[in-house]
Amino acid sequence: MSKYLLVDFGSTFTKLCAVDLETEKIMGTSSHYTTVLEDISIGYHKALNLLFDKLGKKIEFEHVIACSSAAGGLKMAAIGLVEELTVEAAKRVCLGAGAKVDLVFSHHLTKREVNEIKSGQMDIILLSGGSDGGNQENVIYNAKLLGEMNVKVPIIYAGNKSAQDDILDIFENYGLDGYICDNVMPKINKLNPKCARGKIRELFLKQIIEAKGIKKIESDIDQVILPTPNAVLQAANLLSEGYLDEQGLGDLVVVDIGGATTDMYSMCYATNRSDVVLHGLEEPYAKRTVEGDLGMRYSAPGIVKSLSEREIDYINKEKNIDIVKEVNERYQNVHLLPEDERDQFIDQFLGEMCAYRAMNRHCGKIHEVITPMGKVFNQSGKDLSNAKYVIGTGGVIINSNNQKDILKQMSNILGDSTQLRPEEPDYLVDQMYIMAPMGLLAQKHPMLALKLMKENLKELK
Amino acid sequence: MKTIVIGVIGADVHAVGNKIIEYTLVNSGYNVVNIGVLSSQEDFINAAIETDADLIMVSSLYGHGEIDCRGMKEKCIESGLDDVLLYVGGNIVVGKQAFGEVKKTFGDMGFDRVYPPGTSIDDALTDIQEDLGE
Repeated sequence: MSKYLLVDFGSTFTKLCAVDLETEKIMGTSSHYTTVLEDISIGYHKALNLLFDKLGKKIEFEHVIACSSAAGGLKMAAIGLVEELTVEAAKRVCLGAGAKVDLVFSHHLTKREVNEIKSGQMDIILLSGGSDGGNQENVIYNAKLLGEMNVKVPIIYAGNKSAQDDILDIFENYGLDGYICDNVMPKINKLNPKCARGKIRELFLKQIIEAKGIKKIESDIDQVILPTPNAVLQAANLLSEGYLDEQGLGDLVVVDIGGATTDMYSMCYATNRSDVVLHGLEEPYAKRTVEGDLGMRYSAPGIVKSLSEREIDYINKEKNIDIVKEVNERYQNVHLLPEDERDQFIDQFLGEMCAYRAMNRHCGKIHEVITPMGKVFNQSGKDLSNAKYVIGTGGVIINSNNQKDILKQMSNILGDSTQLRPEEPDYLVDQMYIMAPMGLLAQKHPMLALKLMKENLKELK
Repeated sequence: MKTIVIGVIGADVHAVGNKIIEYTLVNSGYNVVNIGVLSSQEDFINAAIETDADLIMVSSLYGHGEIDCRGMKEKCIESGLDDVLLYVGGNIVVGKQAFGEVKKTFGDMGFDRVYPPGTSIDDALTDIQEDLGE
């Protein structure tokens, strides 16, 4: 009698997934346009009715839990000291928590930057800077400026431990909505996301959901518990690592190409080679990156911007299209759905470009260095070359006529030895939109969530 | 507690001396930030900013120290680290050049202390204690 309804309030679609704990099966899925502007529950109930129609009967669910990226998702500003260190650490913590990092600042904040935070309607600010015992001056300066300029946004302080007392005083003196967490980078290149990530999630639950008009839905459902990207990250992590005696799939990469962003998740250690020297900030096993300038609609112009004139000419000639015109059309009409083969062809091409470019940025890079002691390899980022699976999720991939061609763009198709892309992965597609729901289910029933993912992700031959 | 950033610069993978330096300095009561081998000038500088370091000690054992260290002081100044001391030591140049000249070259490049091959870290320790006042 135990049935779960798992809901994903996306920016475009509200997606439902019903799971029966007794039979250990997915009963069905459905989706409807998200209606966050009017009342989010309208779209939810329409999707629910669609689900009941599919199942042929009404069902009582014991648990209804949801994740959300509706109403712009969780928007965060990440602030640190040095770009490659605490700024990068702060950014990674936000991304891992499932946030959209719209603003990133380093060193002393300026008034102009603080105004950007205010006008950009951030949900949370993550303020970091300095290793423990290191630089205090910068975070104190920044906290004071945020106070002087009367920033109302919740601020999580996760910088130098030694500055905590001063920061707390500043929070009190200026009446800031501030919280103290462990340093995101306690030592040089050491990443410590746990405390700050937990606080982000707590604030998301307590404040953000209400502010975004999603709270209304809580009379219909039990709780909105996670930002959607965090649910996907948790699902991917579980799928990779396995649970108890149920084996996981090992190293894997997940890509989600959307209208505004391309999200990439990799599950693996930075390297398992002994002949490389790792550089830069410590890499997490479960890593998410978001490319805000690579997407199918809002961010389509970013795809063209990443190309040179020569590449544009080449593409236009090779594919017999006008890429700039097509991209602008999609940017101006973000609700455009492919109507004919030509539209599909262009969407397919844009999807491939997003996947290729996003992987360029996500994957680690390796360079051979000749030293008097022989050849050594200098690596930054994560080595994905042994990833066993590349998994596609999100509408663009799920609805594509040629899914494999998009996912293939993530492998090392050009044979570039400096890029640590997956070499010979197998390809899976999340055809039923279950990744985020399984991240939710995994909160209480990880074993079942893992089994259902292994059963229901479609392998591409 | 004073903070010292140490590491091996350039395409140099000599890791042993670096460990010995770390061991000695930690035991002498310093907060040591070891950024390891194959480090760039920027790696040293970034670590020094975040840790509010008092001293950067650059090791170079493979003869290319001069190329690797050139411009480092200027970058420190650009990064607001004007007051951070810069030391360099190891086999910092190729072949058997007179150390007086080598010392002058690196001194002109902005290094506060320059050590010839074979210097024991214990000798440098005396300088560190004098310079950092502990």
